[in-house]
Amino acid sequence: MSPPTGTGRSASNTSTSTSTSTSSGPGSGTGKLAAGTGGGGPTRLTSGLRGFGHFFAFCLDALRGLVRRPFQVREFVQQAWFISSVSILPAALVAIPFGAVIALQLGSLVRQLGAQSFTGATSVLAVVREASPIVTALIIAGAGGSAICADLGARKIREELDAMEVLGIDPVHRLVAPRIVAAALVAALLNGLVSVVGVAGGYFFNVVMQGGTPGAYLASFQALGQLSDLAVGEVKAVLFGAVAALVASYHGMTAKGGPKGVGDAVNQSVVLTFMLLFALNFVITAVYFQLVPQRGM
Amino acid sequence: MGVEVRVEGLTKSFGGQPVWSDVSLTLPAGEISVLLGPSGTGKSVFLKTLVGLLKPDRGAIWIEGRDLARLSERALYEVRKLFGVLFQDGALFGSMTIYDNVAFPLREHTRRSESEIRAVVHEKLEMVGLLGAERKLPGEISGGMRKRAGLARALVLDPQIILFDEPDSGLDPVRTAYLNQLIIDLNQQTGATFLIVTHDINTARTVPDNIGLIYHGHLAMFGPREMLLSSTEPVVRQFLNAQRIGPIGMAEEKDSDELRAEAEAGVELPPLPPIPLQLAPSDGRPRRAEQSPGRWCEEHDVVPPAGSFQGVRGSVWQPTEALR
Ligand SMILES: Nc1ncnc2c1ncn2[C@@H]1O[C@H](COP(=O)(O)OP(=O)(O)OP(=O)(O)O)[C@@H](O)[C@H]1O
Ligand SMILES: [Mg+2]
Repeated sequence: MSPPTGTGRSASNTSTSTSTSTSSGPGSGTGKLAAGTGGGGPTRLTSGLRGFGHFFAFCLDALRGLVRRPFQVREFVQQAWFISSVSILPAALVAIPFGAVIALQLGSLVRQLGAQSFTGATSVLAVVREASPIVTALIIAGAGGSAICADLGARKIREELDAMEVLGIDPVHRLVAPRIVAAALVAALLNGLVSVVGVAGGYFFNVVMQGGTPGAYLASFQALGQLSDLAVGEVKAVLFGAVAALVASYHGMTAKGGPKGVGDAVNQSVVLTFMLLFALNFVITAVYFQLVPQRGM
Repeated sequence: MGVEVRVEGLTKSFGGQPVWSDVSLTLPAGEISVLLGPSGTGKSVFLKTLVGLLKPDRGAIWIEGRDLARLSERALYEVRKLFGVLFQDGALFGSMTIYDNVAFPLREHTRRSESEIRAVVHEKLEMVGLLGAERKLPGEISGGMRKRAGLARALVLDPQIILFDEPDSGLDPVRTAYLNQLIIDLNQQTGATFLIVTHDINTARTVPDNIGLIYHGHLAMFGPREMLLSSTEPVVRQFLNAQRIGPIGMAEEKDSDELRAEAEAGVELPPLPPIPLQLAPSDGRPRRAEQSPGRWCEEHDVVPPAGSFQGVRGSVWQPTEALR
């Protein structure tokens, strides 16, 4: 047999590099290992920054996906239905004790200060302005976000997302955008639900358990509360829903390393969402008090 | 009518570790090429880089005058419509039935009516032998069936460039034989350009027009089938004949001690087995890219191994025959 001295159809078509120089002895394996390790604090910092940059780019992509036509109505309806089915019951069940605790705490505190006539106002405002968005954030991140992250993560490691891209469909437009809208909408609805349940719980504890009068409860609320309190609660909820969906989608779509990677992604996404939402809550509240004048007595 | 894919100096690494570097090859338009290589050498990574799912560190991928490595996301989605890709694990959408999976690209990219879609899906599912499983979810069928469903989905838009990642792993020998025939027939009918990653030596020897071998981080050789099958280059020879003797060991490459020991023991390499005839289309008409048997060997003054190009066309190469 003669060796293949000739080349194929064209020079670029045939690369016949011999591989005799490849066996560089037993040391070559360890060299590879050593190259992977190394680097300390600075590497972690830059990789953290890079992660943030990627997330930011992802958010921009998602925003672009939101305005791109056609909007994926079917996916949106399915997701809205799905997220509400996993979050409504826990939200209602968390709202009752939450409203009651606030009513109890504020009730006794306000009485100590000698302002019994304002118990209604304080507890309703506390529920509508703060407690309700916080409960919404907990539920939407814990129940909705984790479900979104696990779902997208599983699709990622099964290469479904790659397949979708190859079929010419952008997963951010197709899957992420509808989830953001769905989570925002469900969060707004949840916030309304939690407010109603929380206020009802507060009323029950204040009037029935602590012997307040229904008239004072309602009148004091009218004196201090305003419609913008409800509005800011809803704005918070919508933002919380959107942020939770963004973080969850990002972590799901960047999951790697098999089923364990999906678990890690869900864990990280829930923890990060909690931190982000509580920080966001503080910022919005601070801005709200700066911008909207509060009623005096 | 098939599209040429020209890869120039492609290099890809993950976290500083190169998977392969400086890969240059041309998938000629309308021809079938097979990519071989030991497990873990980055064949799947190569396919994913070809469709732009992974960005190469360096190099270019030229398709219809555009460099895929430098296209914007939006332009990439356009170019990808040329491709049909079968992933190594099928990558079916887990929440959809087999029928909806195969219909998905049609529903997304065409304005066809449901009844037209049904006809196309029916045809493709029949082609891969999956009629009757349409209503099942991917989780409810076997691995080999998932592969075939992925195959049907990859073919449903009549792509110009078809990339298959191990279409035959997890398939029984009969299905593999049918699949090989299907690839040849599809190539004859559509003239699409094929790149198939496989570990099946029989497929590699009888199906393609070109063979490539990735080994130890680079493309060891790429060229016409007869060139590689008659090559005495140690890696190519060892791999294409599934032998233990040669530079490839269990852990990718043998070290020098092992090789020296092998040389000192004076192990004789068995003679090259005969080159089998290429599989022919089932209707007997030739494919556009088809070359007459032995043509490359003649043109390049290479004497093919004794007994080459004999027997029934497309008959299965028997390893036992070669060892006699
Ligand atoms: N996303 C990724 N991130 C980091 N490393 C990766 C990634 N994908 C693949 N690799 C690495 O690249 C190498 C090549 O993997 P690849 O899946 O392409 O091998 P293969 O040739 O297809 O093997 P097989 O024949 O077993 O399918 C492996 O070492 C793998 O660990
Ligand atoms: Mg692979």
